[in-house]
Amino acid sequence: MTAQTVQRGDLVTVIGLEVHVQLETETKIFCGCPTAQTDEPNTNVCPVCLGLPGALPVLNETAVEAAVKIGKAIDASIPEETRFHRKNYYYPDLPKNFQITQYDEPICQDGELEIAVEGERRTITIERAHLEEDPGSLQHVGGGGGIDTAEYTLVNYNRAGVPLMEIVTAPDFRTAAEARAFLAELEEVLEYLGVFDAGRDGSLRVDANLSIVDGEEVDDEGRIGTEALEAANRTEVKNISSHKGAEKALAYEETRQRNAIQRGRVVEQETRHWDESRGITVSMRSKEAEKDYRYFREADLPPLRVSHWKDEIPIPELPTARRERFREEYALGEEAASKLTSTKQVADFYEDVAREFDPDLAATWVADELLGELNYRDLEITDVAGRLDAVHRLIELVDGDEITAKNAREVVLRGMLDDGDDPDEIVEREGLGKTGADEVEQAVLEAIEENPEAVADHEAGEAGAINFLVGQVMAKTGGSADPGDVNGLLREELE
Amino acid sequence: MTERTTAVDAEEVRHVASLARVDLADDEVGRFAEQFEDILTYFERLDEVPEVDHDADLTNVMRPDEPRECLETDAALENAADTEDGFFKGPNVS
Ligand SMILES: [Zn+2]
Repeated sequence: MTAQTVQRGDLVTVIGLEVHVQLETETKIFCGCPTAQTDEPNTNVCPVCLGLPGALPVLNETAVEAAVKIGKAIDASIPEETRFHRKNYYYPDLPKNFQITQYDEPICQDGELEIAVEGERRTITIERAHLEEDPGSLQHVGGGGGIDTAEYTLVNYNRAGVPLMEIVTAPDFRTAAEARAFLAELEEVLEYLGVFDAGRDGSLRVDANLSIVDGEEVDDEGRIGTEALEAANRTEVKNISSHKGAEKALAYEETRQRNAIQRGRVVEQETRHWDESRGITVSMRSKEAEKDYRYFREADLPPLRVSHWKDEIPIPELPTARRERFREEYALGEEAASKLTSTKQVADFYEDVAREFDPDLAATWVADELLGELNYRDLEITDVAGRLDAVHRLIELVDGDEITAKNAREVVLRGMLDDGDDPDEIVEREGLGKTGADEVEQAVLEAIEENPEAVADHEAGEAGAINFLVGQVMAKTGGSADPGDVNGLLREELE
Repeated sequence: MTERTTAVDAEEVRHVASLARVDLADDEVGRFAEQFEDILTYFERLDEVPEVDHDADLTNVMRPDEPRECLETDAALENAADTEDGFFKGPNVS
């Protein structure tokens, strides 16, 4: 925490986040329409998600399980009883003119998540996390496509009713970078839980509130009193859709507010829209006040009593714990451990090979070679899930000293990823199998016999001569011998 | 029957109308203020109804996460005033 460095008269930035994540389910939260992405508008719709009269919502059990898993992961309490509410507002993305959400009885309360920023650990309080339905999507058409200038609106309800979890933090962030680190950590945790897919379009959306308070209001623990927070005018920044976007939007908004204060102007309490392409936030017409949403209980959905699910539903080891275990159990450095736990799939695969082969070799092959080649091809490990057995086999070949690391990397791995061939096939076809010791020795003797000049040069102390001889042996063995071994053998023979 | 102590004023009617995105002409505001007043009075009469066990004894009503058949797009759009290429079409909103 930066509390010690805060001086009287300093301005302190205060940020809180509301993160909407799409839960990984087959169907929507209150009806059986698929959540699968489709380009055809209004195909995944039914009377429930179109809000037709008389249609009754029925809650998706998998969405509730996902919420409980999230609650467990963030160490939140799951109340004995939790309920749904209607949030009323009139906008064409809501076919019912209300959104089903949770108001004063959310499914997760008082959680936390630890983040690390530049080596400093901080615990961020999560005030609540609740289930709700996503609205539909709007296209503003004509007049340049701007919200204000469009000629008309096209509405697609395929997204309407997709299950969301809204995760609300306390105003615990002091920098845009911390907010970004939180989002990255949260995404990792959610992916570990198997309840979230960052690759889905629109699966993460963030609203952030930011205000600037006087450093005097910060106590020794780095906390700021509620009165000071309430007194400061804050802006709510909407339309953020990535970690990077969050950092940029908040850094922009922080500078904008600090500049206003330094020029003696008052920061307006307002909602602002993050314009990603222009890299600025712009003022939005003010929306309803909280009371205007006229929340009331959703009588069509009976209450939930699922607090005991917390003991019944298992969750996997989470990234931070796994990272630490990897460092101890496999003696990995911080960077390797963090790369190898970046997703559950990578970590699972690493453990799979580290148990069988040398953990160091496994770390190099998974963290550097495999992830490096995947990254170069703009692929994720999930894109090659069906090829991991082949990668496992390749590591086995290297571990068993059957091919050289160089060939394994440059010929076999690349061939596997580019052409989908099997490692053994490539080794066979390219003749990469390490040549037997006898054959190498034979080649060494031949090279010495055929190149008396080089031998003489070597004996005269010319450093490059040995390299020439190594090259000759490599040529004779078709490149499959290990150059280091050849060098050693040559020196032995020439002594 | 209890009398309402606060009357619905024009300001409140205009606010509720704006939340519902409804344009009211000035001469309509007065009429709606009276009607709101009536509606609220009816609701207040419900206070005199004795309370009964209102919550049905249901909890944890859920369905498995299995896809069901959706509406055909044509059927989904059937009641729409205007459509375009499979979309519902409406006026500009901001
Ligand atoms: Zn539906």
